[in-house]
Amino acid sequence: MTEEEIKATVKDYILTEFLPGENPDSLDDTTPLITGQVLDSIATVRLIAFLEERYRLRIEPDEMNADFLDFLPDIASLVAARQGQS
Amino acid sequence: MTTTLSVILRNAAQKYPHQNAIEDPDRGNAVSYAGLATRVLELSQVLGRHGAGPSDRIGICAPKSIAVVAAIFAILEVRAAYVPVDPTAPGARNAGIFADCSVTLVVLAADLLPQLRSAWDGASLEVLEDLGDQLLLVRGVVATNRDAREGGGQSPMDDIAYVLYTSGSTGKPKGVVHTHRSAMSFIDWCSLTFAPTSSDRFSSHAPFHFDLSIFDLYLPASHGATLVLIGDAAGKQPRLLGSVIAREKISIWYSTPSVLRLLSEYGRLDQADFSALRLVLFAGEVFPVKHFRALKQFWPHPEYFNLYGPTETNVCTFHRLPSHIPDGSENPFPIGLPCSGDRAIVVDEQGLEVQRGSEGELLISGGSVMREYWNLPEKTNDAFVADADATHWYKTGDFVTESAADGYIFCGRRDRMVKRRGYRVELGEIEAMLYRHPSVAEAAVIAQPDSDGGLIVTAFLSLATGSRPSLVAMKGFCATHLPSYMIPDRFMYPDALPRTSTDKVDYQRLREFPQ
Repeated sequence: MTEEEIKATVKDYILTEFLPGENPDSLDDTTPLITGQVLDSIATVRLIAFLEERYRLRIEPDEMNADFLDFLPDIASLVAARQGQS
Repeated sequence: MTTTLSVILRNAAQKYPHQNAIEDPDRGNAVSYAGLATRVLELSQVLGRHGAGPSDRIGICAPKSIAVVAAIFAILEVRAAYVPVDPTAPGARNAGIFADCSVTLVVLAADLLPQLRSAWDGASLEVLEDLGDQLLLVRGVVATNRDAREGGGQSPMDDIAYVLYTSGSTGKPKGVVHTHRSAMSFIDWCSLTFAPTSSDRFSSHAPFHFDLSIFDLYLPASHGATLVLIGDAAGKQPRLLGSVIAREKISIWYSTPSVLRLLSEYGRLDQADFSALRLVLFAGEVFPVKHFRALKQFWPHPEYFNLYGPTETNVCTFHRLPSHIPDGSENPFPIGLPCSGDRAIVVDEQGLEVQRGSEGELLISGGSVMREYWNLPEKTNDAFVADADATHWYKTGDFVTESAADGYIFCGRRDRMVKRRGYRVELGEIEAMLYRHPSVAEAAVIAQPDSDGGLIVTAFLSLATGSRPSLVAMKGFCATHLPSYMIPDRFMYPDALPRTSTDKVDYQRLREFPQ
C-alpha cells in the first residue's frame, strides 16, 4: 500500500469520525491535526486504535504524539515504514 | 492539632527519611522524603533571596516533575501561595491568570519563556535563577505594599496555600482561594476514610492546576507513602497508562471517570497484573454506569469511591460503591454523604430547606470550603449565603435530591456550567472567546448529552462578514485561545441567533436546531 493510499484512508476516517459535514478540501497535508485541535486527546487515542487495527501494526507509546501524528503525510509515512518492517 | 501543608513534609522527612516520596518513571528518577525536604529547603532559600514571603502569590507553569513538586512545597515553606496553570494552555490565558493574581515570581519551564513573554505585557519576566531541571525562576509583577504583608499576625493555617483558576462565565477564569486550613480539612478527612499507610503507592494523574491534585500532593506525604508521577504522555495514552499502573504497582488511583473509561476501552487491562490496586477513586463528573461496569470486569477487586465537590469545596461528599451493581440499574451513582468537617443542606429557590426527597440546590459549609474568589468580592458574596446562625453556606449550583439510603443524588446544574473530562467549562467563556473572531457577529454555545454518556458542545455563530470558516479553521482558532477541553465539537451557522421575546438568545430553540 502506498503512502498516498494510506493518507487517503486516514483522511477519510478523520473526516467521517471527527469532522462530519466538513468540506474535504479543508483537511490537507498542511493541516495540523493535534496542535490545531482537529483531534483532541480522545480522538487521538481512537485514531491510533484505528491505525493499529486497520494496518495490523503497533504504534509505540513514544510515537503517540504530535511529533509523529500531527500531519497526514507524517501518519502515512509512519504507517508505511511500520508495514515495511512486518 | 492540624498542621500546615508544609509541616506535612517536614514531619514525613523526620519519620520516613528513607522512604521514596516521589517517583518519576518517565525520567527514571526518585527522591526520598529526606531528599525532598532538603531540596525544598534550598529552593525556599532561593525564593526568599528574591523577596518571596507571606501573602505573595507565585505562579507555576511547567510540566509535572519532582522539581515542580519541590517548588510547590518551597513556595508553601516561605508562606506564599502557589498558582499553578496548565503549561499546555495558550500563553495568553496563562498570562491573564498570572496578571489577575499578581504573581511576583513564576517557576517556569525554560522552553515556555518566549511564549509567556509574548503574551504578558505587564511583567518583566526577567530570569532570576536557573533552578535546574529545565526550570527557571522569573520575575512576575513587582510586589506592592510589602510592609503590609497579610501574613504578619495571622495563624499560618489561615495563609493562602494555593489559588486554582477555573472557567469563568464572563470569559475570564476565576481564582478559587484555599487556605492551609481548608486544604487540611479535606486531607484529614481522606486520612480517616482511606487509612493510607507508608506502603501505599499513589498515582498522580491529574495535572497540578486541577483540584484532584490536592489529594495526590498532600495525602501520601501525610503517611510517608509514595507518589508516582504520571506525565502528560502516559496520561493521554491509555495503553501506556495501563502498563504504568501495573508496573508501578499503584495501590491508590484517583482520576476522572473519563480517564477510567479510556483505560477500560483502550488500556488492554486484561494483559497486566493490577493486584496491587486497592482503592480507585473518581471525581469531577458523572461516571456512566455502563462504563463503570466495563472497568469493573477488568478490576473487580479494588474498593471504588465517587468523590464529589466543586473546586470551591475540595471534596465535600462521597459515596462508596457497593461491591455488586445490580443488572439493569443505570441510575447514576449517588454523590453520597458529607465528608467529616463539612455539612450539607438542600434548599429551594427561596433558600428554605426542602423536605428529604425533594429536589433543590446543594449548599455546603465547613472546613474544606474556599475562602473566596481571588479579587472578586461581589462574586464571592454571591457564592455564599449566611443563615440565621451566621453560618456561611457555599452555593454549589448543583441540584440534588436526598435519599435515606445513599445520601445525595446529583440531578443537574443551575447555570451554564458543564463538566468535560472532569474540567469545569463555563459555556459563557467559550462564547466570549468566539466573539474575538473577526467574522463572528453573534455566538451562542450549548452542551448536549451524546448517546454514550458524554457531552457534545456546539457553537452557533452568525457571521458579520465573509464566508463560513471551515470546522478545521474554527478549531484552530479556538486552540489559540482556549485549553483543549473547552473547544467546541461542532459549529453551526444560522443567519441569526434565535431570540426570546425579551431579546435574549433563545437557548431552548438552539437545542431544537436541526443537527
